[in-house]
Amino acid sequence: MAFNYDKYLRLEKMPTLWCWGCGDGVILKSFIRAVDKLGISQDDMCVVSGIGCSGRFSSYVDFNTVHTTHGRTVAYATGIKLANPDKYVVCVAGDGDALAIGGNHTIHACRRNIDITFIIINNFIYGLTNSQTSPTTPQGMWTVTQKVGNIDPTFDACELAIASGASFVARETVNAPKKMEKLIIQALEHKGFSFVELNSNCHINLGRKNKMASAMANLDWIDSITVSKKKYDAMTPEEQLNLLPTGILKQDKEVREYCDMYEDIKKVHQGQRAKITQDDFVKKI
Amino acid sequence: MSELREVISTGNELSAIAAVDAGCTFFGGYPLTPSSEIMHVCSDLLPKVGGASIQMEDEIAGICCVIGASMSGVRALTATSGPGVSLKAENLGLAQMAEVPMVLVNVMRGGPSTGLPTRVSQGDIKQASNPSHGDYRSITLCAGNLAECYTEVVRAFNLADRFMQPVIVLTDETLGHMHGKAMLPTQEDVAAGIVLRKKFEGAPEDYRPYECGPTEPAVLNPMFEGYRYHFTGLHHDAMGFPTEEIETCRKLIQRLEDKVMAHQDEIELNEEFMMDDLNGEEGEVLIIAYGSVSLAAKEAIRHLRADGIKAGLFRPITIWPSPAKRIKEVTSVTKNVLCVELNIRQYTEEIERASGRLDLEGLYKVNGRAISPYEIVEKVKEVF
Repeated sequence: MAFNYDKYLRLEKMPTLWCWGCGDGVILKSFIRAVDKLGISQDDMCVVSGIGCSGRFSSYVDFNTVHTTHGRTVAYATGIKLANPDKYVVCVAGDGDALAIGGNHTIHACRRNIDITFIIINNFIYGLTNSQTSPTTPQGMWTVTQKVGNIDPTFDACELAIASGASFVARETVNAPKKMEKLIIQALEHKGFSFVELNSNCHINLGRKNKMASAMANLDWIDSITVSKKKYDAMTPEEQLNLLPTGILKQDKEVREYCDMYEDIKKVHQGQRAKITQDDFVKKI
Repeated sequence: MSELREVISTGNELSAIAAVDAGCTFFGGYPLTPSSEIMHVCSDLLPKVGGASIQMEDEIAGICCVIGASMSGVRALTATSGPGVSLKAENLGLAQMAEVPMVLVNVMRGGPSTGLPTRVSQGDIKQASNPSHGDYRSITLCAGNLAECYTEVVRAFNLADRFMQPVIVLTDETLGHMHGKAMLPTQEDVAAGIVLRKKFEGAPEDYRPYECGPTEPAVLNPMFEGYRYHFTGLHHDAMGFPTEEIETCRKLIQRLEDKVMAHQDEIELNEEFMMDDLNGEEGEVLIIAYGSVSLAAKEAIRHLRADGIKAGLFRPITIWPSPAKRIKEVTSVTKNVLCVELNIRQYTEEIERASGRLDLEGLYKVNGRAISPYEIVEKVKEVF
């Protein structure tokens, strides 16, 4: 029997504002199936989103939901999580939201390793606001702010997250909904900061002027720039040059989660343990 | 208050202690002179009571995590100074729009920009009235002495939950770093006076968090308790969902204004010092001052009276919304009015608006130093 999404959707908000053929809906469905498979109560989860097309994600799903200012999703989520360590907190942000205006919050949330699942919907463009350059827009593509070709170098979001200390880092594309579902399950199960980059299409505001004006053409392009981590690792650096690896890129189950460490702070102040010293940490610097 | 207790402390420490005594369990912030000691003390006190204090990566994150924590249902505090308020402004706007209570203590220093980090100022008076863009009504309290660094923070938490919005408490570098004796209400009295935000107790399907009377705040239940709704900075409907429906938008913004202005009697607080015998006689002087400047003004008034000049002080403690009606009354009695501020006429313009008078004298100082009683006495003798 086909999966019934109704329980998790705010049906009165349908149809979404997302364009016909947009990958965001595929991500939404994968996310809902992941939550359902884990049997998480809708009352025990908070979904926080920012500004942009991805920002509307939170209003479509029936959880405790927050639509924040541009770029600040994970800063809001940090407060929600630290005040409620036993609840699930999920962020959904776009590439502009998470990597440009909110880049500082993103790297520091990775560094803290707080138990938040951070889903970045990367469509390589500012979609909602009509085609401005994002930190992931490929060089040479047309954008409305660089109509003769984008010269701005890009971020590899996952490399950034790994370097910043996230303990779970993964990438998948909307071409593989089942794999996305599985990754989101693993991210939600992971205790620590889970950084999940999901590559999505924006054939309207990226594709239209970059020779991939249909959803299928945009999805084909995403397919052409992504490859499984296993295949990627077997390639030479020259072959890897314009490819993004998919799958789990990093998972460290040993490193301690922030709220868990904060419990130690509480215990010290409540006289239940000695002060925290450098000896409590394997990696100190 | 039935009894007071004597405490020796600093203004910043008292602001932090007040938050904990008022039931705050979350602090988020970023180091900023001269406010940082509030975060230092919160980092010790909050984990002790099972709460949490976190130093975030910047001022913006500092207020965002506080709003997030408060959305989930706990009392939450941030503290900063002028440059930090500038950075936090957009998210103060979200808290106004989504009706999320929280307290921000601004320990004022010299501005604009980086200004005078370790020196006193009252340069953030206008900023406090509208830190973010758009229409809403700020509630801003201004502590005038050490004890009020405590009592105004307690009052701010209760007002924030009553009106479901941020409340700003202004102190300044002088008060924040002043070390001395303060007479405070007991912790028991503070606890007994706590008025928490309203909670909807009915069935979740009957819950409409933003459907309330035209002069009442939203009723926002804590997260994770079965009442699922939506927070947004967009114009929103009864469940918090974005809408552009004309009448819903109008009613929402009008209510943000009216929920405060219709209940100003619950918010307004003034001190009238040695004003009893001011009756319009020739030569009498009314000084209007607030915050730490009022300490110098009181001392000046004692000297002036010793010299035979009948003088008194009107001190707004709630500065926004301003006590406009009372300002009109007191400035109608006394002809000679002197406004004293550590800025250039920031509140004087509000006093002019409220009083309808353009002949007010002023003493303004913007060099990062406190105003002395002597300077006020000299000014009074010079201009009146």
